[in-house]
Amino acid sequence: MIRYPYDGEGIASLKLLAKKYPRTFLLDLFYKMFRIRLIEETVAARYHEDKMKTPIHLVIGQEATVVGSCALLTKDDYIYCSHRTHGAYLAKGGDLNAMIAEFYCRMTGCTASRGGSMHLMDKSVGMMGSSAIVAGAIPIATGFSLSAQMQNNHRKTVVYTGDAGVEEGVAWESMNFAAVRKLPMIYFCENNFYSVCSPLHYRQPDNIRIYKKAESFGLKSECIDGNNVLAVYEAMQRALDYVNNGSGPAFIEAITYRWRGHHGSEEDMGYRTPEELAHWKTKDPVALLQQVLIEDFSLPLSEVEELRQQITAEINKAFAFAEQSPHPTRDDLMNYVYCD
Amino acid sequence: MLWDEKLVVANAEQKDPVNQDGRVIGSVEAIREALSYKMDEDKKVFLLGQGVDDPGGMFGVTKGFKEMYGAARVFDTPVSEEGMTGICVGAAMTGMRPVYFHNRPDFLLLTFNQLVNHASKIHWMDNGQHSVPLVIWAAIGRGWGSGPQHSQAIQGLLLGVPGLKIVMPSTPYDVKGLMISAINDNNPAIIIEHRWLMKRTGVVPTEAYEIPLGKGVYRRRGNDVTIVGASQAIDLAMTAANELEKEKNIHADVIDLRTIQPLDETIILESLKKTGRLLVVDTGWAVGGVCAEIGFIAAEKGFSFLKAPVKRLGLPACPSPAGADLEQFYYPTVASTKEAIVSLVKS
Repeated sequence: MIRYPYDGEGIASLKLLAKKYPRTFLLDLFYKMFRIRLIEETVAARYHEDKMKTPIHLVIGQEATVVGSCALLTKDDYIYCSHRTHGAYLAKGGDLNAMIAEFYCRMTGCTASRGGSMHLMDKSVGMMGSSAIVAGAIPIATGFSLSAQMQNNHRKTVVYTGDAGVEEGVAWESMNFAAVRKLPMIYFCENNFYSVCSPLHYRQPDNIRIYKKAESFGLKSECIDGNNVLAVYEAMQRALDYVNNGSGPAFIEAITYRWRGHHGSEEDMGYRTPEELAHWKTKDPVALLQQVLIEDFSLPLSEVEELRQQITAEINKAFAFAEQSPHPTRDDLMNYVYCD
Repeated sequence: MLWDEKLVVANAEQKDPVNQDGRVIGSVEAIREALSYKMDEDKKVFLLGQGVDDPGGMFGVTKGFKEMYGAARVFDTPVSEEGMTGICVGAAMTGMRPVYFHNRPDFLLLTFNQLVNHASKIHWMDNGQHSVPLVIWAAIGRGWGSGPQHSQAIQGLLLGVPGLKIVMPSTPYDVKGLMISAINDNNPAIIIEHRWLMKRTGVVPTEAYEIPLGKGVYRRRGNDVTIVGASQAIDLAMTAANELEKEKNIHADVIDLRTIQPLDETIILESLKKTGRLLVVDTGWAVGGVCAEIGFIAAEKGFSFLKAPVKRLGLPACPSPAGADLEQFYYPTVASTKEAIVSLVKS
């Protein structure tokens, strides 16, 4: 039984959109998605070693949402994330060594073993942090955009949330305020149909779409195929145009699917069917773009293989870096409780 | 004048605990001076909250500020306490210094997710990379039928949260200096005013000054007993101590903590070493809060000084009632404070 079928236009739509873009641009998007995929697969494959002692929330299957949206942001723009944060961190340009070291809870981790996997951040590229409380990030990110508006510094803010994030009241408190103040703010909802094991239709009425709710709050809002990286990219461009005009906040609902469980490395069944997962695997955002590049942009498979080797070498180095990094000590515990 | 305002005025007529020469102004004016000073000095400071630009202007504290500083820096908010608190956290992380006003601390309960899960932890959690210089202000209500959800003094619930600072001023002088310090501080700070102190007058220098957060001060000196507290609880302590000095020749140290987080253990233990007797007073529930924490400090670090069991005078373990009949049994009085001091000195 497939409860939540893919309703996008698949490869045909991706091919059509791809015609507008140069090969180098498409190859760059592919590289970024492919890299996230390989990193996540390595994390999953090595999780059983029990050296990464932090819960992991893998983004395998959801690479297009973060790569398509971050492609239009500079390092001066802000993002803030939920617990499923690996993809956005990498897409915004977060340091890989610091991410893996954080999974190993070492001093060289991006938060020196304080946050673990659910609080990744890299301030140097505008990846400002992540909250493990559902929707906790949403008002904070809205505050970034208030700050940008008050300082007139033209920075944009994107907050990533899931389909359950919009079940928290504070999400709507934030969007309401952003609409009142016309903040330069983009709310990006990755709707993957499940919150831990709870399917969407247990949590929200069947006939009420998330993006429509946002629209009713006064946001420019649209729903897109989140497995089509160019659809994401173009929706993001429309949202940025709107926000940059001072018209107010925008909302993007991107339909996608996570292949692994809510957390951990397994595929996780019981609340969903193998047929549903297999169905979505045929809509793999990374494979779709690879197919377009091979069929329409004469990308040789050997080049994909070269990329794989290059990325694998980078990943291996990052894991070695993490494993060789120092552990925090007793002296580190009480630092930074208060700021001087 | 409405009877509720009369209650505030009646309390204001008590003398300020710090008697000295100088310019005398009211508490509200003192807060306004602090805010004006910071608004002029630092363009990153802004004021928000339900009613900050009302005709009343948050008990007069922010009255006229919108006209002076513009709607971009002084603004009313949607009735969305949690959301607005998170928005302040985000603004503070990215260079701004918000001062967020609430009528009553009761509404802070709606903001605990942002206060406890986020604001207080972010600096630690990201290994010192962000700071959250945020001030949250609220005034404890009491009397005139405010009842269980408009009279709460919830400082005790926040006392154990690392990363927050909690400021509880008792004099106009402190109100000004502590507000400036709180805005200058790079941590989230909660200022809990008391509505009954807001028409209090006292000596306040015209210039700007800071009062260190985390340092208590002696309001009076004596060798027989130590009374520790903050905010309006200091009023009762001072009145009771002054009367007992005349009536029973009992001499008390009264320590005004000014901030309960950080908590000035040194001054408490210094006094306790001298007197051997400790009464803790607080405007909140006695269980699990300021009274409980200071009592434990005495047991843990001042046990050898103690000549009598520690006493506490906070609120009983029930909600705050609306009506004056029940209130008289709920709140500590001068009489109950004197009784506690006398029994402590006798034992």
